Amino acid sequence: MIFTLKIWRQKNASDKGGLVTYKAEDISPDSSFFEMLDQLNQQLIAKGEDPVAFDHDCREGICGTCSLYINGRPHGPLKGTTTCQLHMRSFRNGETIYVEPWRCGAFPVIKDLIVDRSAFDTIIQAGGYVSVNSGGIPDANTIPVPKLDADTAFDAAACIGCGACVASCPNASAMLFVGAKVSHLALLPQGRVEAEHRVQKMVATMDSLGFGNCSNTYACEAECPKEIAVTNIARMNREFLAAKIFAEKEKQISFTL
Amino acid sequence: MINLNAGAPKAPLAEQWSSYKANCRLVNPNNKRKLDIIVVGTGLAGASAAATLGQLGYNVKSFCYQDTPRRAHSIAAQGGINAAKNYQNDGDNVFRLFYDTIKGGDYRARESNVYRLASISPEIIDLCVAQGVPFAREYGGLLANRSFGGTQVSRTFYARGQTGQQLLIGAYSALSRQIAAGSVKLYNRRDVLDIVIIDGKARGVIARNLVTGEIERHSAHAVVLASGGYGNVFYLSTNAMGSNVTPAWSAYKKGAVFANPCFTQIHPTCIPVHGEFQSKLTLMSESLRNDGRIWVPKEKEDVELLRQKKITPEQIHESKRDYYLERRYPAFGNLVPRDVASRAAKERCDEGYGVGSSGRAVFLDFSDSINRLGAEAISARYGNLFQMYERIVDDNPYQTPMMIYPAVHYTMGGLWVDYELMTTVPGLYSIGECNFSDHGANRLGASALMQGLADGYFVLPYTISAYLSNEIHTPPIQTTLPEFHTAVHGVADRLNQLKETKGKTSVDHFHKSLGKIMWEYCGMSRNEAGLQKALGLIGDLKTEFTSDVSIPGGMKEYNPELEKAWRVQDFIELGDLMVRDALERKESCGGHFREESQTPDGEALRNDEEFAHVAAWEFKGNGAAPERHREELRFDTVKPSQRSYK
Ligand SMILES: Cc1cc2nc3c(=O)[nH]c(=O)nc-3n(C[C@H](O)[C@H](O)[C@H](O)COP(=O)(O)OP(=O)(O)OC[C@H]3O[C@@H](n4cnc5c(N)ncnc54)[C@H](O)[C@@H]3O)c2cc1C
Ligand code: SF4
Ligand code: FES
Repeated sequence: MIFTLKIWRQKNASDKGGLVTYKAEDISPDSSFFEMLDQLNQQLIAKGEDPVAFDHDCREGICGTCSLYINGRPHGPLKGTTTCQLHMRSFRNGETIYVEPWRCGAFPVIKDLIVDRSAFDTIIQAGGYVSVNSGGIPDANTIPVPKLDADTAFDAAACIGCGACVASCPNASAMLFVGAKVSHLALLPQGRVEAEHRVQKMVATMDSLGFGNCSNTYACEAECPKEIAVTNIARMNREFLAAKIFAEKEKQISFTL
Repeated sequence: MINLNAGAPKAPLAEQWSSYKANCRLVNPNNKRKLDIIVVGTGLAGASAAATLGQLGYNVKSFCYQDTPRRAHSIAAQGGINAAKNYQNDGDNVFRLFYDTIKGGDYRARESNVYRLASISPEIIDLCVAQGVPFAREYGGLLANRSFGGTQVSRTFYARGQTGQQLLIGAYSALSRQIAAGSVKLYNRRDVLDIVIIDGKARGVIARNLVTGEIERHSAHAVVLASGGYGNVFYLSTNAMGSNVTPAWSAYKKGAVFANPCFTQIHPTCIPVHGEFQSKLTLMSESLRNDGRIWVPKEKEDVELLRQKKITPEQIHESKRDYYLERRYPAFGNLVPRDVASRAAKERCDEGYGVGSSGRAVFLDFSDSINRLGAEAISARYGNLFQMYERIVDDNPYQTPMMIYPAVHYTMGGLWVDYELMTTVPGLYSIGECNFSDHGANRLGASALMQGLADGYFVLPYTISAYLSNEIHTPPIQTTLPEFHTAVHGVADRLNQLKETKGKTSVDHFHKSLGKIMWEYCGMSRNEAGLQKALGLIGDLKTEFTSDVSIPGGMKEYNPELEKAWRVQDFIELGDLMVRDALERKESCGGHFREESQTPDGEALRNDEEFAHVAAWEFKGNGAAPERHREELRFDTVKPSQRSYK
């Protein structure tokens, strides 16, 4: 197969960057999108040119390292699929393909197609955990968890932290990512204990990092490669409201004490 | 002098670990704050260790090459994690898990370490559940289990087909909590390229900042390597693209001995290779063997018709199918250990019964299970794997059998460590897949996750205190010391050399060539002549690399080609050591199959008289032959026997 590629090239964070046109020839329909880029890079190296830098690691859709807008869509055309799982058979022979990095203020470009997503780490550090130490833990079967709750928690926990939700959102909101983590932990008895504090801290941190608000366009759900549901955002909103009331109560209690 | 004394406590096997903990020297909380520890790696082993050490009050510096710790290669583990909980009441206990692991490893692992691992396993599950890991559950709300290869009990805990992801997110969340608390400082997008040794002790690392290209010095009172396995020496493997041997290799060159480098696990159920352009292989979890049956046609005519796409596999009548694992190993059937299953697949394909366009594939068929349990039940168990398969191969495994073939997956070899997980360099520890400790010559499924977490959450935090209790008077290590200067210069020189070679051939090209040599001569089966040949080929490749590698881009910027070049250079040297190790081990055991040493029916034949030992290699300088040392293995509890899964 043959493709015309319009790829975003940007030397570093301060460079302006722009689209550069390349030809990819002799591409097998069975090769993955990244194998196609590998092939292009081999050609560039042979010519002594700088290869296109892109983020990738597992190449099987689980680590969340890969990104890319492909023809304007985060992770390309297929539903529930990361860029690394795309195969060239999903494109038309001769097609022109636009390849760009995530674009949003909270994820600045490092080079070419690579962006800095450490804002997500900062949000998790604000409370995306259960405060337990490795010692003195009761037997795992002490607290039964209804299967449905465990499964729903799993569905939320399947988030790979790729950032496509932010990239797809007209407001660059991180609500789906945060909602997924809040839900995952709030649905389990182990995470329930700190749920009120968690949601407040995570939401406050998210707001402080320059992510936008949610205006219910649901682009995030449509583009999320793990099909994380927007119901997680609703759950987070409920949690957040409950937490506010809880915080008020806590204040009153400490006041009476 | 290399001392390969493991130093297990003198106590009956079952009491060694409690005796160790009872007598272990501790560091008091005030002193912990003054001690720095570097942990290289944020996979299950590294993240769990860094989080626990931070929680205990040490000052931890945590390194990974990815943009965030949560992306470490452990994330890709699918099938599950073992633990001797006996929730199923099917006869499991600590001893049985210990026994299965020793036997599964073909009697090439150390009893004391393995027993400890088995005894810690239940605690891991407790901790992970407390962290919020959403393991699979039964309708009654209790935890579910599945069975895995090489065992006859159900002791594997799982989270759909994403167990590694869920466990790593648990460890990452614990790590994040410590980062927030200020006890752990994270250094992401760093490539650790060298270990700094001062007065014989590990005192720091040299890292390249992958974004800026800056070469950095980091010091500590002790250094822990949790940098994963080296399967990518084969180029094509199920490992992540960035997985590498570099931290372990630099430790080797600084005096840590490297144990059993040739012990590689070739996993039986992976998606077959389909083209020259291929960059990696994808695993289909071993858990699939619970419900899938493996077969090839009995008759070559059918093989031919299949290859010409004149018939589909479903059209081959039951009586004309060879369920070769069930035929050869009636007791374990499709659940034989990985090495056995992989070799059996190779044997059928070598004999000309392989399917697929290349003839190097066998069927993994779910039709029986789907008929028995329904497609929905199968989807609940393996839905994401089926989907993954379909994306890659463009075939629907609910309708037609999967095609699979063995692929490089895991490396049992690694840095030699003693009972305390310390390498032969004082203050330098190695945990997780990076060390060699628990799996002998073959790892059982679902045991790597268990080992990584046991090492990080429960073993190292104790054993490192024994060492650090002698360091409480050592002030913070200064990075201005001459040893740091020398190390930085060494790294800068080598990077310059790579960059200045200005050859014509890309790094990937060399990596692929190395992979082909390793797969051909040091892969699923090995022989004297082939290994000798490989030594020569690797030598040539090494020379060619130094004179002809081409690396575009600059030093002081993000430069993935430069990153890869360093790694591939290390892999080439490692390849040489693996081949030497395979040559010297003139027996078959576990994943190491020497054609010269097999039983009449083609099973691996061990030679306990001569080889019941760990081979530990010492670096003797560039260009000099490495020296082979031995740690004799004693089996006081389990008597070695010919492994039989019949
Ligand atoms: C596809 C697949 C499926 C698997 N499924 C299972 C399973 O079901 N059950 C099971 O028990 N095991 C399984 N395994 C094996 C298991 O996943 C691994 O052995 C285990 O996760 C290794 O963990 P680790 O912490 O030792 O290393 P890794 O998770 O590999 O982490 C290595 C860390 O080191 C860092 N690092 C590496 N090099 C450098 C460097 N130069 N500089 C700085 N940092 C560096 C990386 O950034 C990373 O953080 C599977 C393996 C694969 C490949
Ligand atoms: S919610 Fe979906 S799109 Fe957003 S980070 Fe998680 S996996 Fe990616
Ligand atoms: S590279 Fe890991 S998810 Fe795409």
